[in-house]
Amino acid sequence: MTGSEVEVSGLEVAVEATGALIVDDVSLRLASGHVMGVVGESGSGKSTLALAMLGYAKQGARISAGHVVVDGVDLLSLSERELRAVRGRKVAYVPQDPATALNPALSIRTQLTEGLGRRREVSLPALRELLRAVGLPDDDGFLKRRPRELSGGQQQRIAIAMAIAADPRLVVFDEPTTGLDVSTQARVLELVRRLCRERSMAAVYVSHDLAVVADVADTVIVMYAGQVVEAGPTRDVITRPNHPYTRALLAAVPSVGERHRLIPIRGRAPAVGDATPGCSYAPRCGFAIDACRTADPPLAATSGGRLVRCIRHEELAAKPSVTDRVPDLRAAAAGDGDFLRVSGLSAYYAGRQVLSDVSFGLARGECLAVVGESGSGKTTMSRCLIGLHGEQEGDYRFDGAAMPARAERRSASTRRQLQYVFQNPYGSLNPRRSIEQNLTAPTRDLLGMDAEASRRRAREVLDRVEIPAALLARYPGELSGGQLQRVAIARALACEPKLLLCDEVTSALDVSVQASVVELLRSLLDDGLSMIFVTHNLAVVRSIADRVIVLNGGRIVESGGTEEVLSAPTHPYTQALMTDTLDVPKSTSI
Amino acid sequence: MMRTATRTSEVATTDAGRRRRRRGRFLLLRLLQGVLTLLVVSILIFVATQLLPGDVARVILGDAATPERLAALRVQLGLDLPVHQQYLNWLGGVLRGDPGQSLVTGRPVLDMVGVRLVNSLTLAGVAMLVMLPLALLAGVSAARRRGKLLDRLFLGTSMIANATPEFVIGSVLVVLLGTTVWPILPPVALLPTGQSPLMHLPSIALPVLTLVIAGGAYLARLVRVSFIDVMSSEYIQMAKLKGLSERRIVYRHALPNALGAVIPAASLVAAITIGGIVVVEYLFAYPGIGSLLLESIRSRDLPVIQAVVLIIAASYFILNFLADTLAGGRDRRA
Repeated sequence: MTGSEVEVSGLEVAVEATGALIVDDVSLRLASGHVMGVVGESGSGKSTLALAMLGYAKQGARISAGHVVVDGVDLLSLSERELRAVRGRKVAYVPQDPATALNPALSIRTQLTEGLGRRREVSLPALRELLRAVGLPDDDGFLKRRPRELSGGQQQRIAIAMAIAADPRLVVFDEPTTGLDVSTQARVLELVRRLCRERSMAAVYVSHDLAVVADVADTVIVMYAGQVVEAGPTRDVITRPNHPYTRALLAAVPSVGERHRLIPIRGRAPAVGDATPGCSYAPRCGFAIDACRTADPPLAATSGGRLVRCIRHEELAAKPSVTDRVPDLRAAAAGDGDFLRVSGLSAYYAGRQVLSDVSFGLARGECLAVVGESGSGKTTMSRCLIGLHGEQEGDYRFDGAAMPARAERRSASTRRQLQYVFQNPYGSLNPRRSIEQNLTAPTRDLLGMDAEASRRRAREVLDRVEIPAALLARYPGELSGGQLQRVAIARALACEPKLLLCDEVTSALDVSVQASVVELLRSLLDDGLSMIFVTHNLAVVRSIADRVIVLNGGRIVESGGTEEVLSAPTHPYTQALMTDTLDVPKSTSI
Repeated sequence: MMRTATRTSEVATTDAGRRRRRRGRFLLLRLLQGVLTLLVVSILIFVATQLLPGDVARVILGDAATPERLAALRVQLGLDLPVHQQYLNWLGGVLRGDPGQSLVTGRPVLDMVGVRLVNSLTLAGVAMLVMLPLALLAGVSAARRRGKLLDRLFLGTSMIANATPEFVIGSVLVVLLGTTVWPILPPVALLPTGQSPLMHLPSIALPVLTLVIAGGAYLARLVRVSFIDVMSSEYIQMAKLKGLSERRIVYRHALPNALGAVIPAASLVAAITIGGIVVVEYLFAYPGIGSLLLESIRSRDLPVIQAVVLIIAASYFILNFLADTLAGGRDRRA
C-alpha cells in the first residue's frame, strides 16, 4: 500500500477550438499495486482521461487544467522534453487495438527496446525475461517477427510487455481486451493482475465492460459526460450502485447466468459541449427532481467511503436497487425445427474449409443463437444462409421448399422473407440516401410497392422500432449508432420477413443501447418472427435465444436449449467458453 | 499460449506458400499481358504510319525523282508488298533480334537507337535521382508544417507546376536561366557525338530540371499526403506515448511506412518521365530517343519509329508492372 502513489486532481481536457470540456474536473488517487477501473459509455471521456494521465491530448484537444502526479512528479508541469523522459519510464500506455498501435514496419525487438532510452542495446536475457513475464515465446525468431505475424492476443501481450519494459509506476490500459475473444481476454486480465501485484505498479484500466472491470479492478470510477459520477471499491459500486446512472448501466447489462429483461437507458448521452444547467444525467434520470435541473450536484463522500455525484444519493442508497431483474417470461417456441433446415453445410474460402458439415433446424418463431469465437465460422455461416457466400455445399429447406444456395437463384419472395441485419450499422446503410430512401428501396424492389405505399410502410416500420418519423429526412451520418441499428432492423422489417438473420448486431453498441436493441428484437420474436442470432456474447444469448449452437473450428460442437447448454455445457469447448466469460456480480438490494 | 503460437506459425507457412504460388501465377499473367500489349502497339503504329501522308521513297530521292526510280526504290525497300506482309516481315525480324535498317540512312536500327537510348536513360535516370530525394524532402517538410505558411506555399506552387505542361515549364526555364533573365545554363543540350551526357552535366541541367519539376511536384504531394496519414495513425500516437524522440518518430516510425505508399507512385512517375522525355528532348535539342522519334516521323522512317515507340511502350509497361507489384506487396503486408 505504501510506495509511489498516483494522484490526479482537477484534471480538465478541453476541445481546443471551442473550450468545451471533454474531461471535467477529474480527481483520483491510486496506490501502487492497485488497479483502478474507469467505466463509461462511448463519449464519456474515459479514453481522453486515460491519455491525459500521460500528459497527452489528441489533436484538437488540450489539457487545460489540473495535476497528474506520479511518483512525486507532476506530469503536467513538465516541458515537452521532460515529459518524453517520463513517458515509458514512469507512466506507460497499453492501447485498445494493438493491431493498429504497433508499427507494422518494425520488428518486435525494436519496438520493445526502443523506449528504453540511450541504452538501446538492452541485454538479451532481460528481454527474454520480459517476454516470459507476459507469457510469450522468447526465442530469437520470435523477436524478429513483425506485428502482423502475431495473433491478436500475442500483439496485446507485446503491447503490455512494451509498457512494463522500463518498470513504470503507472500503467494506463485503454480497453486492452475489447477486440479479443473471451478466452484470450481471461488470460490477458490474469496477466494484468499478476504484473501489478508482482511489480507493485499502479494501473488504470479503462473499459466499457462492467464485467471486465468487476473482475480486474480494486476500485472503480464511473464516468458520465466527462465527469466522475461515482467512485469507490469495485465490489461495492457494482453490487450496490448509488448513482442513478450506475444503477441504470447495471440494469442494462445482460447476464450469462440468468435470463432477464434488460432495461435500456432512455435518451442519449450528451455530446461534448451540450452543457445543460444542473446534473448532466438529469434528462435521462428516473429519479430527477427539479433541484437536479438547476444546480450542478457536487461529488460528495458517502458514509460508505464512496464518492457520488447525486443530490439524492442518500435516499437512493436506501431504495431497493432498480436492477432487480425481471425474468423474461416468453415461452420458448415449440416445433420440430422444420421452418429452416440446413443439412451438411460446408463452406470454403479460396479452397480452405471454414465450415464442415453443419446441420441444424429452426422452428417457426424460434430464436436460435449461433455462438463462437473469432475464426469459428459463424459469420461465414450466416453469409451462406443469406446466399452471399459462393463456395459452399449443402442443402437448405425453407418453409417447406428447397432453397437454392446463391441469393441470385432464390426467388424474390424467398429473398424478401429472409432478411439480414449487419454488425456495423454505419456501413450497412447507404450514407448518401436519407433514412426514408434507405427504407423505401427494399419495399419497392421486393414488394413492388408504389412510392406512396412504400413511404407509408417506412413510417410504420420506423414506428415499430421506436424511431420518431421526424428522422425520415435525416441521413445516416446524423444518427447515433443505436438509432442506426434500429433503422437497419426497420429496413429488414419493411419487407415483412419471416426469418431475421442478425450478425453480431449489438457488438458495436454501448450496453445501454445494446439493451434497447435486444429488447426490440425480443418484442419482434413476440410478434412471431423467427431469428438466427450470431454472436460471441454469451450474456446476450442467454437473454434472448431459445436454442444455441456452438461453433468451433467450423463444426458444431454442441447444441441444445439455451438453458441446458449455458447452465450445464457438456463439450469441453463450451465449458471453457463459459468459464472464461465474465459476469457482472449480481447486485444486492438493501 | 505457446500452443496458439505454434499453430499460428504453421498457418502462416502454408499461407505463405499459397501466396507465393498465387504470386507466381500473377507474374506470369502480367508478363503475357505485357507481350500482348507490345504486339498490339506495334500493329497500331504500323497502321498509323500507313495513314501518314507522304512517301519514304520521295523523302529519300527528293521531289525531282522519276516515277520509275521511285517504284524501284519501293520494291527495294519492300514497300510494294501488302501491308500485312510488310508487318509480318518486320515482326519476324524483331523475333530474330533484328528490327531491320533505317529506310532513310540504311544503317541498322539497333545502331541508331543504341546510343540515343543510353542518352535518354541517362537523362531520365539523373532526373529521377534528383527528383526522389527532393520530393521526399519537400513532401515531409510540408507535412510536418501542415497548415502553416510553408505548407500552403508548397501546395500552391506544386499545384501550378503540376498543371503546367512540360514544354511550358521548359520554355520558362530557358527564359529564366538560359537566355534572358539570368543566363547561367546552356539553353540547348547539344552533346558532342559519342560522348556521355554525364561528362556534360551543365548542358543537361535544364532538361533535368524540367523533368524534376514536372514529376517532382506530383510526387511530393503524394509524399505529403502519405506522411500526414501515417503521422495521424495510432502507432505514431503510441510512439509518442512511449516517450520517443521526435527524430526517431519521424525517421524510424513514420517514414518507412509513408514510403510504402510512395514507392509504387514513384515508379509511375518514372513512367511518365519517360513519356515526357520526348517533348523535353525536342525542346532542348537533346540527342535521345525522343528527338530520334520526331526525326524519323518526319521522314516516315518506319523501322526506327517502330523501335523507339516499342521501347517507350515497354518501359511504360515495366514501370507500371513494378508499381503494381510494389503496391500489391504493400497490400499483403497491411
